[in-house]
Amino acid sequence: MNKSMERLYNGIIKENPTFVLMLGMCPTLAVTTSAINGLGMGLTTTVILAMSNLMISLLRKVIPDGVRMPAFIVIVASFVTIVQFLLQGYIPFLYESLGIYIPLIVVNCIILGRAEAYASKNPPVASLFDGIGMGLGFTIGLTAIGIVRELIGSGTIFGAQVMPSFYEPVTIFILAPGAFLVLSMLTAIQNKVKMRAQQKGKETKIGSGCTGSCASCSSCSMSGKKE
Amino acid sequence: MKELLLIGIGAALINNVVLSQFLGICAFVGVSKKVETAAGMGGAVIFVITISSFITGVIYKCLLEPLNVTYLQTIVFILVIAALVQLVEMFLKKSSPGLYNALGVYLPLITTNCAVLGVALTNVQKSYNLLEGVVNGFATAVGFTISIVLMAGIREKTEHNDVPAAFQGSPIVLLTACLMAIAFFGFSGLK
Repeated sequence: MNKSMERLYNGIIKENPTFVLMLGMCPTLAVTTSAINGLGMGLTTTVILAMSNLMISLLRKVIPDGVRMPAFIVIVASFVTIVQFLLQGYIPFLYESLGIYIPLIVVNCIILGRAEAYASKNPPVASLFDGIGMGLGFTIGLTAIGIVRELIGSGTIFGAQVMPSFYEPVTIFILAPGAFLVLSMLTAIQNKVKMRAQQKGKETKIGSGCTGSCASCSSCSMSGKKE
Repeated sequence: MKELLLIGIGAALINNVVLSQFLGICAFVGVSKKVETAAGMGGAVIFVITISSFITGVIYKCLLEPLNVTYLQTIVFILVIAALVQLVEMFLKKSSPGLYNALGVYLPLITTNCAVLGVALTNVQKSYNLLEGVVNGFATAVGFTISIVLMAGIREKTEHNDVPAAFQGSPIVLLTACLMAIAFFGFSGLK
């Protein structure tokens, strides 16, 4: 049980995929136009991440090393398809607003990254909680960014009017440039925190931003295939 | 003809794949340090997306639709794209070493580039026919190349500028992308 709590803490705080590791930037930018979209995308990813982590961990001794990446991709893609059907059936408005970004969860670096780094080496229960923790961390990140963008861009949070009526919404925040602006500020703050930690002489485990993580993510997937 | 042109301009400029659909951000931030490498990446993306939108189009029309299993599209497309990138790499290595030297390094990076899968899915979603799909794929990739080469040009110019320490690296790139996205809004008047 302790191990499970440790995995949750790790995913939500210590290695938060959005704020610390800076993984999965495409959905982060694309769907955070409102808080509810961010929350929906985050929870969808959480379900897929937890299920695929569990499945991959269960099959980790069966899957041959040489074809593990294609096998992981098939498992993840199957869960994405199932979840897509569920969303279409039960939460159609979310299905409409997330659109093409639901099937694109397949290529989200967080999922393949966790499969490769954790689930393929650890027992099922720990992997399941690792997936849930990481997913919740991602959900918190997306929802927070969604709240900021929705608040400034349309003066509401989860659709409820928050700003006083004389507030003129800065519409650009819910358009494409606003996404880049918010993410830019976020990475700058992250850099600042990292620099301060380094000045104190602490070891930082913080990732190098989307660039490094995604490049390493794709290169490791390729090295798996080439064998 | 006119419709194809409209699809092309729409995909390349108005709904630019990076600046308004946020696909392929990783490559956009990661490989845009030099104009030369950015152009190489752009070339590889044009090559792969054009071929993959043709092949996924054929598979969708001739295999998935007649068998009534269109819900398998995500699984099938991602596998086809991964295999295709490998094939293209092997083929280029054997048949045209010059092109391979120019594009080879970028090919492995493309499998996880969400723009490739994104185009294949968009083609299905908008129910384009085969030709329209290929044009859409080609134009999307051209749009990607335009934005990544522009970004690389800007980054080369601003390389020695006095950027605040916290903004060095990806923050300043994203801020530049923000301004570029505003500029690209101008194209929406073309509709």
